[in-house]
Amino acid sequence: MTLDLSTTRDLLLGLLPEIALTGWALVLLVVVAWRHKTAGDLRLAGWLTLAGFAGTGVAVWWLWWTMARTAGIAPMVAVDDFRYVADWLFLGAAGLTVLFSFDYLEREQLLAPEYYLLLVFATLGMMLMAGGGDLIVIFLGLELMSVAVYVLAGIDRKRAKAAEAALKYFLLGAFASAFLLYGIALVYGATGTTNLALIGIQVASLGLQSNLLLLLGLGLLLVGFGFKVAAVPFHMWAPDVYDGAPTPVTGFMATAVKAAGFAALARVLVVSFSGIVAWPSIVVGLSFVTMIAGNLVALAQRSLKRMLAYSSVAHAGYILVAVSVGNAQGTAALLFYLVAYGFTSLAAFALLAAKGRGGESDVQIDDLAGLAATRPWLAFALAVCMLSLLGFPGTAGFIGKWYILAAAVAGGKGWLAALLVLTSVISAGYYLPVIMAMYMKSAPFADAHAGMRFGRLGRVALAVCVAAVLYYGIRPNRLLALTEGSAATLAPGMGAAPLSSGN
Amino acid sequence: MYDQSVVTVLLVWPLLAAGALWLVPERLAKHVALAAATIEFAISIPLWWRFVPAGGMQFEVVRPWVASWGISYHVGVDGISLFMVLLTTFLVPLSVLGSYHYITRRERAFYAHLLVLTTGMVGVFVALDLFLFYVMWEVMLIPMYFIIGIWGGERRLYAAIKFFIYTMFGSLLMLVAILGLYFTAAAKTGVHSFDYDFLLANVGALGTAGWWFFGAFFLAFAIKVPMFPFHTWLPDAHVEAPTAGSVILAAVLLKMGTYGFLRFALPFFPDVALHPTVQAGIVVLSLVGIVYGGLVAMVQPDVKKLVAYSSVSHLGFVMLGIWALTLQSVQGALLVMINHGLSTGALFFLVGMLYERRHSRLIEAYGGIARVVPLFATVLTIVSLSSIGLPGTNGFVGEFLVLIGVFRTYPVAAGIATTGVIVAAAYLLWALQRVIFNRLDKAENEKLPDLSLREFVVLVPILAAIFWIGLYPKPILSRMEPAAQQLIDRVQPAPSPSAASTAGR
Repeated sequence: MTLDLSTTRDLLLGLLPEIALTGWALVLLVVVAWRHKTAGDLRLAGWLTLAGFAGTGVAVWWLWWTMARTAGIAPMVAVDDFRYVADWLFLGAAGLTVLFSFDYLEREQLLAPEYYLLLVFATLGMMLMAGGGDLIVIFLGLELMSVAVYVLAGIDRKRAKAAEAALKYFLLGAFASAFLLYGIALVYGATGTTNLALIGIQVASLGLQSNLLLLLGLGLLLVGFGFKVAAVPFHMWAPDVYDGAPTPVTGFMATAVKAAGFAALARVLVVSFSGIVAWPSIVVGLSFVTMIAGNLVALAQRSLKRMLAYSSVAHAGYILVAVSVGNAQGTAALLFYLVAYGFTSLAAFALLAAKGRGGESDVQIDDLAGLAATRPWLAFALAVCMLSLLGFPGTAGFIGKWYILAAAVAGGKGWLAALLVLTSVISAGYYLPVIMAMYMKSAPFADAHAGMRFGRLGRVALAVCVAAVLYYGIRPNRLLALTEGSAATLAPGMGAAPLSSGN
Repeated sequence: MYDQSVVTVLLVWPLLAAGALWLVPERLAKHVALAAATIEFAISIPLWWRFVPAGGMQFEVVRPWVASWGISYHVGVDGISLFMVLLTTFLVPLSVLGSYHYITRRERAFYAHLLVLTTGMVGVFVALDLFLFYVMWEVMLIPMYFIIGIWGGERRLYAAIKFFIYTMFGSLLMLVAILGLYFTAAAKTGVHSFDYDFLLANVGALGTAGWWFFGAFFLAFAIKVPMFPFHTWLPDAHVEAPTAGSVILAAVLLKMGTYGFLRFALPFFPDVALHPTVQAGIVVLSLVGIVYGGLVAMVQPDVKKLVAYSSVSHLGFVMLGIWALTLQSVQGALLVMINHGLSTGALFFLVGMLYERRHSRLIEAYGGIARVVPLFATVLTIVSLSSIGLPGTNGFVGEFLVLIGVFRTYPVAAGIATTGVIVAAAYLLWALQRVIFNRLDKAENEKLPDLSLREFVVLVPILAAIFWIGLYPKPILSRMEPAAQQLIDRVQPAPSPSAASTAGR
């Protein structure tokens, strides 16, 4: 199906998922305003949110199924498979977050149905980021997502730590947005457009490869996105914010928010700036320091939540390796890794949420001692997550890492691949102690893990995550085909490719 | 029917059995595991007769796995892997039986890990797809990590993580090198495949990249062997592991390293492997390992540590034999791999049996126990002598072949390696003297029970193998000869200019 986005009908069709979710959000807003007192209201909002995500997922599926594409250059919004797969990723992560939040919110007495509404808005923002065909749309999506997540980070407003996290995130996030916006302005100054594909064409046709204004703008864009994906040296906010936010929100931030940042970054770099030779080396530099610093600092953590937070920084470094490859293979590896990391990380944070009380920042790795003896299934689930994060064969994390390595080696970056594997050896030093504590140490007292509770929905979501991690570790074929196919649709808008191949 | 399915059955059966363990009561777990491991061995026995020595790769299965990346489930057995597979399936039931009393808690989990480990070990030896090989190579880490970490000695946590990280460090770099080979062959042929035969045929000359790739493979395998100076994980892991863990670790896991050299590092990178500097370096490291391992073993107060260091020495012989690249030396190296598995495996069993009786592994805690436990002392003496390489036992045949073969290529190295045999006699006989002979001067040792029937059953098959290989190794040698010759021909081009010039001198 070819969409002509200059007609209203096709524009509505092309934006169907976003429109559906926005409409649903408005309905939800009314419901929440009307019923926001009891735990029952909270559950109602949760179920409605899930229904909204499911419906939106179906809308995305319809666009994917009909192979909707734009004719010629995409205007404000891109219509390609990359967007659809990224949307599924966001919707899936948000849906799992909802499932994990049911028990958590009641347990922590966070009777605020707005929580779910904010999740919906954040997801909407992400979808615009990944699907934006224009820097302005991407920026709007980013702001919509960020503002919702600022509030989510501080939703537990009775706790000082949560408030601190929200404030820190907001201040630094605002800074990052400013950088991004200034970068957009400079890019506009150099090329006269904010449309991604047109920027690529302008760069090629006007010979702007070494234009100072453009390079400066690109640099500022990288800084802005670097903040959002928590790449070193722009990661300073991440550990404190991840630590202070309610744990399901942390899981959401570590997976979906980060994925949105990466999806937008990959789109901008591949579509607009593939003609510029400088950026891959900058991204390589970023990934270099991110992998090393993230892993080394994670090694020093004793708190499980902070360890996962820093490890998430390290994973951003691995993903940046995929970004730096800058071709379809790298983008496919990025998508696959984000999916694998998403399932794994969500499950890990959910297990942490079940273990801890009051923000979970006080759960030490050694507090898990003896978990395998009393709660074998939960210990098994966490062990699978740790091995997947470590990139061990048999898990989705391994296939993801393998894919990134393959893309890097094929792209002539063998030494970067070697650095990636060497830093993941470091990560064994902090993932293995978790397994070690659970299986090889004995519990300090008899019912040390009695309080670890999972509701039925949480258990289902956890089982889904772990099953997906194991399944995609052994049979990745379908997911590989999906990510490969979708990355191939992310065509660079440079002069090398025929301008209107869609016609 | 048998030929097409045997390898797959060998891989799947232990996994099924490990799953089945959770369906039976905890107290029956060990019996079920023993039955499963025995059946696994029984399945593998016909390989011995069905194997055609000159037939190259046999029992092959190829099935696509991740077709878009050219990953397939490709397994097979040749004259090199046949004995490694048989050694594995032979020792696993014995390890299960040997753990009957040693493992007293979480038995079900222990035997499940042991069975999963079996799949991993057999998988490493039969994999003919580099992706599959890597997966198996890593997967077998997890059960071993748990076996050391849960059922090990006092410093088990340290030993387990050290073992894990050392192995992972080497193997991850190998992963990058595998990808390098994959893309090199793809660039030359346009076909993306991890298949062993395809890559071997199409990688071709690699230039400088070959050095990096070889370095990565070398590191992975050298850590596993372990070659000096990469051996420091081994004493910790061996000493802390429970008996069955030590036996499997010494008998099978170390062989994965030498097997890796034979299967991958040499055939893929003959230019690098035969480069004079590399050759000299590896020969020197092997010699250092032989002599240093022996000398360090001599001063150990702990019997288990002594046996552990003796592994470093024995594996040095294997490396030397492989790198000398003569038919005798390679066959000898393969034989030493088997012999070390049998002798050192038996030594670890015996040390474990002593430990179960006295809860001490210190040599000075014993003395004169030959009078109390005559049967035990007899077996220990025989096994020690086979480990030293007394003629008539298996150890002699292997080391003798290696030394003959090496003498033709590196006479000086052969001379130095011979001192390793003498050192081995020194540390083992001295230890033997202090443990079972001397005066019986400790009251605790006067009431030690002799070998039980169960323990005897564990040891007898190994003793039988020791004498069989020692007296009549021909069936084994004739089965491995074509594969060894093929390897040498592949690595060393027949009209070798260097050989001609040496002959001319």
